[in-house]
Amino acid sequence: MIRLEHLSKRFGTVEALQDLSLEVPRGTLYGLLGPNGAGKTTALRILCTLLAPDAGTVTIAGVDALAQPREARQQLGYVAQEVAIDKILTGRELLQLHAALYHLPRERGQRRIAELSDLLGMTDWLDRRCGGYSGGMRRRLDLACGLLHEPAVLVLDEPTVGLDIESRSLLWQVLRQLRDGGTTVLLSSHYLEEVDALADRLAIIDGGRVIAEGTPDRLKGELGGDRVTLRIREFATPEEAEQALTLLQGCDGVRRAVINRAQGHAINLVVDGDGVVEHLRRQLQEHRLPVFSLAQSRPSLDDVYLQATGRTLMDAELAAVAGRDPKAERKQAMR
Amino acid sequence: MVDVLHSAPTRPSASPGAVSELAQETLALCRRLFIQLQRRPSTLVAGILQPLIWLLLFGALFAKAPAGLLPGGVSYGRFLGAGVIVFTAFSAALNAGLPVMFDREFGFLNRLLVAPLRSRTSIVLATVLYITSISLVQTLAIMLAAWALGYGWPGPLGLLLVLVTLLLLLAAVTALSLGLAFALPGHIELIAVIFVVNLPLLFASTALAPIAFMPGWLGWLAALNPLTFAIEPIRAAYLGPFRLDQVVLEAPYGSLTAGQCLLVLAVLSLGLFLSIRPLLDRKLS
Repeated sequence: MIRLEHLSKRFGTVEALQDLSLEVPRGTLYGLLGPNGAGKTTALRILCTLLAPDAGTVTIAGVDALAQPREARQQLGYVAQEVAIDKILTGRELLQLHAALYHLPRERGQRRIAELSDLLGMTDWLDRRCGGYSGGMRRRLDLACGLLHEPAVLVLDEPTVGLDIESRSLLWQVLRQLRDGGTTVLLSSHYLEEVDALADRLAIIDGGRVIAEGTPDRLKGELGGDRVTLRIREFATPEEAEQALTLLQGCDGVRRAVINRAQGHAINLVVDGDGVVEHLRRQLQEHRLPVFSLAQSRPSLDDVYLQATGRTLMDAELAAVAGRDPKAERKQAMR
Repeated sequence: MVDVLHSAPTRPSASPGAVSELAQETLALCRRLFIQLQRRPSTLVAGILQPLIWLLLFGALFAKAPAGLLPGGVSYGRFLGAGVIVFTAFSAALNAGLPVMFDREFGFLNRLLVAPLRSRTSIVLATVLYITSISLVQTLAIMLAAWALGYGWPGPLGLLLVLVTLLLLLAAVTALSLGLAFALPGHIELIAVIFVVNLPLLFASTALAPIAFMPGWLGWLAALNPLTFAIEPIRAAYLGPFRLDQVVLEAPYGSLTAGQCLLVLAVLSLGLFLSIRPLLDRKLS
């Protein structure tokens, strides 16, 4: 339904996208995961015909979006990162404006506004001015603007950033509903949990390219092994941790074990199979080492990211935030 | 990307519904601007109050000007009327770019641009329509005030001339302001430019004093100032029956008729629209 091929885009000296290719099948809820500055927004802006790539092609529902932007736009609903509403208008007036911009006949426009007002729980406040809306209300209205013309493809750029819990769960529910109704939904996020819970498929983006792609289960499954966090005490001494590490490294089924200083000298392990944890517990007991806590989990998308880039998503996020240039970002976003 | 300011080449404007779709988007964008105006009328009110104050204060300031100072021996108030009318329209049009700039800054423009607009000219068109209608309302208010102050009223033909002159000036200045709104980085810069341009252009025109009254260099400036080309035909319309081939401006480089003044304005607006087109094409594609 959506095909991005070999996209590259450079802003000054920054390579925002480097040969990025992506294919989103019809009717999927597709997640684009990556830290800030990975190129998610740039890719989505190109997809939505707001930005021309330096190289590459964009195809939406069989339409070449670069050659026929108008036809492509008719297939597209776009919910940008920055909420674009007019504070002076009421929500209804804003929707009416967008209905006209999408050339909906009057009746269909009214009907769609009524439907979306119900679907997104906007009935109580739709006739109030947007200036008084909360973040969640604005986001819902923005989504409604993107859905008015019943697009085949809905694109959302970090739709849940800064959203209250209620609005977020409503949004998730609506996105699933749309997917079930046959809409292709593409959303970007830097929240692992969100993509994990919501997406049928996902691509992890880093440094302007796709570094992993697939269903969440497959990506995590490919990593193999379970993640175990073991604490001797709440705050173990380095010596104790060292002792336990040596012991655990010798056990069968332990693939890897490291001491995590940041976690009070906890030991992070990757193990194979279900019986291993019990075996470890017994080993520690025999060597008179206490166990404060022992947690086991399947690999997460963060582990997928870690595997591919050598850093956690959180670290990448912090590095990206530190290196941000709001002025340059504004310039990229403005026409 | 292709030039989308005008109908996409793949689909010529002859395709059915193109005109009605263009009208639908332009009207919807206009409606938004008028709703904003209705809920925040302060700009309209200020746009009437400011020239009104000019008219009252400047009229009073020079009320005792010696007779014979002005060409034709008219009173200063009568002389000033045309200048204030033109200045009102000019100020309104100079601000035309501000709403567009705010839309750029708040991402609202991007929202408009992801919609499958028939032609993105509708964004420019809506602004032009909006600015033209509010500044005509402001002008009418000022003309009525001038009439009430005893500064006269143009005849029916004169009224037509006032309208044509103002439309040409509005087109030129709106084009300039829209060009600035897309060329400058933010509204602070745009407001700064408006601030710097506004009053000097007024003072360096024949709005407040005739060229004969000015030192040579200022006379030259005034005779090249587009505002002067709008002021003088309107002033002539206020002074009684007029003809297009009547000389209205005695410039240092020669005499100009009302018709020539209008021609200059027409060429100027056309030139400005043509020169901002590449910029608009680039920003809106």
